[in-house]
Amino acid sequence: MTTGHVLLGLLVERPKHGYELKKEHDHRLAGAKPLAYGQVYATLQRLERDGLAEVVETQQEGGPERTLYAITDNGQAELERWLNTVEPSAPYVSSPLFARVAVAGNAADGYLVRQREAHLARMRELTAEKASGAPAQVLAADYALQHLDADLRWIETALARMKEHNNA
Amino acid sequence: MLEARGLGKSFGQTRALTDVSLTIAEGELVAITGPSGAGKSTLLNCLAGVVRPESGEVVLDGRRIDTLPEADLTKLRRESFGIVFQFGELVPELTAAENVALPMLFNRHGRQEAMTVAAQWLARLEVSDCADRRTGELSGGQRQRVAVARALVTGPRVIFADEPTGALDTIGGEQVMNALIGAARGSRTAVVLVTHDNRVAAYADREIALRDGAVLAGVRR
Ligand SMILES: Nc1ncnc2c1ncn2[C@@H]1O[C@H](COP(=O)(O)OP(=O)(O)O)[C@@H](O)[C@H]1O
Ligand SMILES: [Mg+2]
Repeated sequence: MTTGHVLLGLLVERPKHGYELKKEHDHRLAGAKPLAYGQVYATLQRLERDGLAEVVETQQEGGPERTLYAITDNGQAELERWLNTVEPSAPYVSSPLFARVAVAGNAADGYLVRQREAHLARMRELTAEKASGAPAQVLAADYALQHLDADLRWIETALARMKEHNNA
Repeated sequence: MLEARGLGKSFGQTRALTDVSLTIAEGELVAITGPSGAGKSTLLNCLAGVVRPESGEVVLDGRRIDTLPEADLTKLRRESFGIVFQFGELVPELTAAENVALPMLFNRHGRQEAMTVAAQWLARLEVSDCADRRTGELSGGQRQRVAVARALVTGPRVIFADEPTGALDTIGGEQVMNALIGAARGSRTAVVLVTHDNRVAAYADREIALRDGAVLAGVRR
């Protein structure tokens, strides 16, 4: 439930409205998919149900926009627990890129060369964004760049293995 | 502006380059990528007039350069090209400013003028504080930025950089690349960048991918 924990993290500073939480989420997690409003309110309601957040103020006339949420003591404890939990290393490889190669085998080399170009084009965009980005964007771009680079290095190895096989 | 047509080069039995053609426009930033042994350095050295290809031609501004007599080629390299190597290759006994001034002295500029221009380039690359220190005392990242300043000081058409960040960590490499790319774009100098690191290649406008001495098929030139 990562989104819930991120919202709890944003509530530590002070109570906030859903609208504000969405904006801060999208800014701090630059490079991640922006949160839909529906998801913000659904998540806040779940946090409230679980006693991790509470409503501290509701404007009479307004819609849900006007509801001010705060983190509870249980919420603080849950946030602390999450921040210190080591993420398990993924036990399975799951990537559409890998799946294509698994299906096509040594005939995947043409596809891989084109995938390589697409990844490198994205890396150029991210590198350019980094030059003028705020610290949160630079961190997000670094993260994306290093993951794309890992894919590219795997593609390189896969191409070398396919070539070895096709020459044998 | 700079063009290679059908370049070939062998070292004994080793075929280092096979039929490599490419064009680099004024002010363009091009990465030559590929695994170790792919022929990247050989290609760069052929383009820079350091190694003579066995077949094909290298043409700068419409003039064939790979067949020039050695003295003319040396002069052309000094005036039109700047080179940055993996380990800076600075003179350790000289200060950073003296190292940067050196190419201008070779081109027969006065010492005072050379030192003034050197100071400007060191400032541009944010290593002014290193100006009076011997380059043997500098960090790897500082040395590389001094080497970039030295390559730019004569106002070359092209900078050739062979793994300029190869000996640096991520952030040190990033500083060198930002300095190199920023300075080159500002002065409309073309950059030919050899690297095996995709993250460094991503600073360039486009890529020439080499595999076993040839341009990788399927990749645009
Ligand atoms: N001066 C040389 N003498 C003999 N072999 C060389 C020389 N320079 C390069 N080679 C060989 O040519 C091939 C390409 O080398 P190089 O251009 O240095 O590749 P890269 O820079 O991509 O690692 C390699 O097999 C290398 O061993
Ligand atoms: Mg090399």
